[in-house]
Amino acid sequence: MSKPTLIPIGPYHPLQEEPELFKLYCDGEIVKDIKWETGYNHRGIEKLSESKTYDQVFFLVERICGICSTSHPFAFANAVEEICGVEITDRAKYIRSIIGELERIHSHLLWVGLAGHFLGYNTVFMWAWKYREPVLDLFEMITGNRNSYAMFKVGGVRRDIENSKIPVIRKILADVTKKADLLTGAVMDDPVIHARTKGVGVLTKQDILDYGAVGPTARASGVGIDIRKDDPYAAYGIVNWKVITATAGDVFAKAEVRLLEMYESVSIIDQCLSGLEKTKEGEVNVKVTEIPEGMGTGRAEAPRGEVFHCVFSDGSNSPARHKIRAQSYTNIATFRKSCIGQTIADATLSLAAVDPCYCCTERMAVAYDSASGQKILNAKELIDMSARKTAELKQQISHKR
Amino acid sequence: MDTQTIIEKFRGKFGPDVLDTEIKNRKRALVTINPEMILKVGEYLFRDEGFRFIIASALHTRKGFEIHYHFSKDEIGLVLNIHVILDKNKPQIESLSNMFNATNWIEREMHELFGIDFLHHPNQEKLISEGNWAEGVYPYRKEFKEDKK
Repeated sequence: MSKPTLIPIGPYHPLQEEPELFKLYCDGEIVKDIKWETGYNHRGIEKLSESKTYDQVFFLVERICGICSTSHPFAFANAVEEICGVEITDRAKYIRSIIGELERIHSHLLWVGLAGHFLGYNTVFMWAWKYREPVLDLFEMITGNRNSYAMFKVGGVRRDIENSKIPVIRKILADVTKKADLLTGAVMDDPVIHARTKGVGVLTKQDILDYGAVGPTARASGVGIDIRKDDPYAAYGIVNWKVITATAGDVFAKAEVRLLEMYESVSIIDQCLSGLEKTKEGEVNVKVTEIPEGMGTGRAEAPRGEVFHCVFSDGSNSPARHKIRAQSYTNIATFRKSCIGQTIADATLSLAAVDPCYCCTERMAVAYDSASGQKILNAKELIDMSARKTAELKQQISHKR
Repeated sequence: MDTQTIIEKFRGKFGPDVLDTEIKNRKRALVTINPEMILKVGEYLFRDEGFRFIIASALHTRKGFEIHYHFSKDEIGLVLNIHVILDKNKPQIESLSNMFNATNWIEREMHELFGIDFLHHPNQEKLISEGNWAEGVYPYRKEFKEDKK
């Protein structure tokens, strides 16, 4: 074999617009090895959390991810409520599930759009992002924000959804369902998409278990794990819905699972809205006066899979230690299985198929010089470091050639 | 199989190496084990009992360095925490990454942030701060003080 050629994707992803660096070592068109560099966006959130009060941590963890911004507060609330032994009201359960499912719909639409963009099918990209807008408008109506909704707190939610808004939510969801039908038809029936995505980036059931992959990535390979079903929280144990799975494990199966999950989300929201009508307005909070000493593990099924938070409390008003495991942390790691042996064009698609979220995976913009141990904080030095790294990378690439 | 049965079976299998058990509720349990048994426990849970590895949480406490390995039994929604306490001055434990890949990144991260050594890890390089962080400085240790300048 001739010397492998290094093809870099990053340090800034041209399509997903997040910082990461995939190094593809290729022989001709075939990817022979792959390495991943990260840390460009590490914010030290776990450490920062130890300096915040429990109420403040919600706002912090909400900023881990800009797309699924409610999944982290959801898991954190579950963890802290486990320490306190608090049972929230039914109305708060319904509201939490409504927020969680609306987020799933907009996140899946965002991915379908990006997937279309990756394929060069920009009509799907435009459609999906256009149809995602009403969902974000709905969020603005319910929570006051299009993203980072600030709805969660220990013992319930911050804002109630007035019953007068229910018909409006139902109307918008009916419109979104019609558009989802159109989009699903366009994707599932398109022979070009079939040809381009079937058999590409296959992950077997064993690969999923080996890497501990979660969410639609696991469900597309026939591993039917879904925290909403396995360890029900909020209203997921009260409403009827089914876990969507596929068996092929390729890019098409992942798209199929996500598209069909949107319909389940609509059904869950509909049942939760009916639940809201049966409960009394305003009953969304349980007073929590103290967080006792102990350990709590909270899980939530985010659009990309299981989010896991482990909180250790020493009885004070801030966590003694807060461990966060985002869903992409295990899903991205599967790239070695899905990309090696494929062509470069297929590898880029396989990398995107797990719906990677690099912000979630890293969680400090504080830089140390490895040689002197001194902290580098000023902007000029950071820019210089960036330029130096780019030059090194260029040199590395030209050397490989 | 319920949580109680799983814990009893675990106790039967590892006997004196199980230092403590706590069943919080039917979906949460904690078992403290002798750290030298981690490979055998990992193999038993992953291969024989079909547990899924979620993640591991490291802590720096008065007792030393502690690791909670979180495993999930999805069929019954159980989170089983395998707890180990490592030496204060020389924290080290066998790596599970030769058995399954799910622990690979988190062991590298714990090594980077806490300075815990994972023996026989296939590739114990830094995960998030390669080239940007001083050697031997572990930011998640309690003695680490941020430079306020």
